[in-house]
Amino acid sequence: MGMTLAEKILAQKLGHEVRAGDVVICPVDLALVQDGTGTLTFDVIRQLMGKDTLKHPDRAMIVLDHLGPPGRPEYAAMHKRLRDFVKATGCLLAEVGEGISHVLISERYVKPGDVIVGADSHTNTAAGMAAFATGMGSTDTAVAMALGKQWFRVPETMRFELRGRLPVGVSSKDIILHIIGTIGEDGAVYKAMEYDGETIRHLSMDARFTITSMAQECGAKLGLFPSDEETRRWMQRHGREKDWRPLAADPGAAYERLIEIECAALEPLVAVPHTPGNVKQAAEVEKEGIRVDQVFLGTCTNGRLEDLRAAAQILKGRRVAQGTRLLVYPGSRWVYHEALKEGVIQALEAAGAVIGHAACGPCPGMQFGLLSDGEVCMATQNRNFKGRMGNPNSFLYLASPWTAAATAVEGRITDPRRFLA
Amino acid sequence: MVIRGKAWKFGDFISTDLIAAGRYAHLRDNLPEFVKHVLEDADKDFAAAALKGDQTYIVVGGRNFGQGSSREHAARLIKLAGVPVVLAKSFARIFYRNCFNIGMPALTVDTDQIAHGDEVEIDLKHGVVRNRTRQKELATGRIPPVMLTILEEGGVVDYIKKHGDLIFDEARTR
Repeated sequence: MGMTLAEKILAQKLGHEVRAGDVVICPVDLALVQDGTGTLTFDVIRQLMGKDTLKHPDRAMIVLDHLGPPGRPEYAAMHKRLRDFVKATGCLLAEVGEGISHVLISERYVKPGDVIVGADSHTNTAAGMAAFATGMGSTDTAVAMALGKQWFRVPETMRFELRGRLPVGVSSKDIILHIIGTIGEDGAVYKAMEYDGETIRHLSMDARFTITSMAQECGAKLGLFPSDEETRRWMQRHGREKDWRPLAADPGAAYERLIEIECAALEPLVAVPHTPGNVKQAAEVEKEGIRVDQVFLGTCTNGRLEDLRAAAQILKGRRVAQGTRLLVYPGSRWVYHEALKEGVIQALEAAGAVIGHAACGPCPGMQFGLLSDGEVCMATQNRNFKGRMGNPNSFLYLASPWTAAATAVEGRITDPRRFLA
Repeated sequence: MVIRGKAWKFGDFISTDLIAAGRYAHLRDNLPEFVKHVLEDADKDFAAAALKGDQTYIVVGGRNFGQGSSREHAARLIKLAGVPVVLAKSFARIFYRNCFNIGMPALTVDTDQIAHGDEVEIDLKHGVVRNRTRQKELATGRIPPVMLTILEEGGVVDYIKKHGDLIFDEARTR
């Protein structure tokens, strides 16, 4: 019998067949921490091993993407501890300004068929390249780093068959918001999601990563795309074509559930406070005339080159509305440089955007772009839980870069389609 | 092992942002200070009551408790506040593993049968939650055998220290 993509990746890594429900102990190709979860991870490694040590230093990575440059001395102290750990162990380090872990590793390290864990819930972003990539806590990540392996329960798979071409103004962000709105925030708990169908042939890697980064938002362990020609082209662009190989589920694999999505019928969507599953049509939300104090473009979900281009498509030659501020944080230094070369950053800046460094920015609510009581933010990020952007008395809406850009121009939540016709 | 305590009810979809808010990220290396804010954005009275120490509270959630961020501080702060076990209708997967890894059981049970302030008794061995206030006995969902193994050793760190590696008895892997 055939295997799902999740089963196949683990089976190839282990050299024997696996089935959903099995518990396996599997070698890990890359384990990462970020600056908000790293110090606890390394406390646990010390408890486990009695010293700062890693099984494979070249397969462990620290990314300083949440807390830098430090806006508080406590953050600076955490960064110092993490850099000291690099000195002691020789593990990989991405310094402040290099970018968001999930964006960086897909550019530099991830290969189809890899097994990747990270102390960050959006580690599943890399599953867009047919890698078994999933988020874990600090202790689990410490185990993976110290022993070079981790245990996994092989997940059951929900298969999503995407049909039809996306209409103008509708992006992959709208596909995943539609899915979360339909199945709910716990609609895929413990499951793998697997995407296929004619639509995905037309989805770029940037668009796929938007979908895979939000698997966690419906409880899934990961959401996988097959590795195909698009994956190959994208790896070629990053100088890693030799690491590419095709990888897809077998015909006849056993799926727990099959869900068909008619992409041609989708509309621009907005997740309204305070959950990513609270999804409405942008056109309906627009009627409410919701004034927006801040628009945030960036994150592992929508901080890639195509996302910045999409925003610039609307903002070029226009101005951000009076009374609204637009913050842009590119996903990586590569994204930043390419966007500069193309004039995308210049267009956004000329429209009135504040351009930040390549990092998570306001998304985790720790130091940048925090909101005041009663303020409203439209963000391209992945979650809008109460308090997410640093203040439980603020209101966070989620949408695509197009919808965010149109909202920035109008200063109110806006359906982007009239800007794109 | 039987655990007794008073139920402190929370609703559905309690995120790790509500349990361990991002605005306290500067306290992540200072959990004794951070714990004063545990679950603050879900119920501002919980932390002070739990930390008073004269009463054991059982955190009782609804659907998908612990959703969102992987931050293990969420599970650790609940434990540090003196909570011996978390009950919910369902758990988000990262939070669930985090709880067992640090030796705190997370049990699925129909929490509609438990009201705020009810006296509850958790019998881990028999998989039962007894609501002593309402004289009801509630069956808990099955704990995956691997996670029970980890829990029995007091968490994954103690498990690995004892066994020298991550090795599971084949019989307990399904």
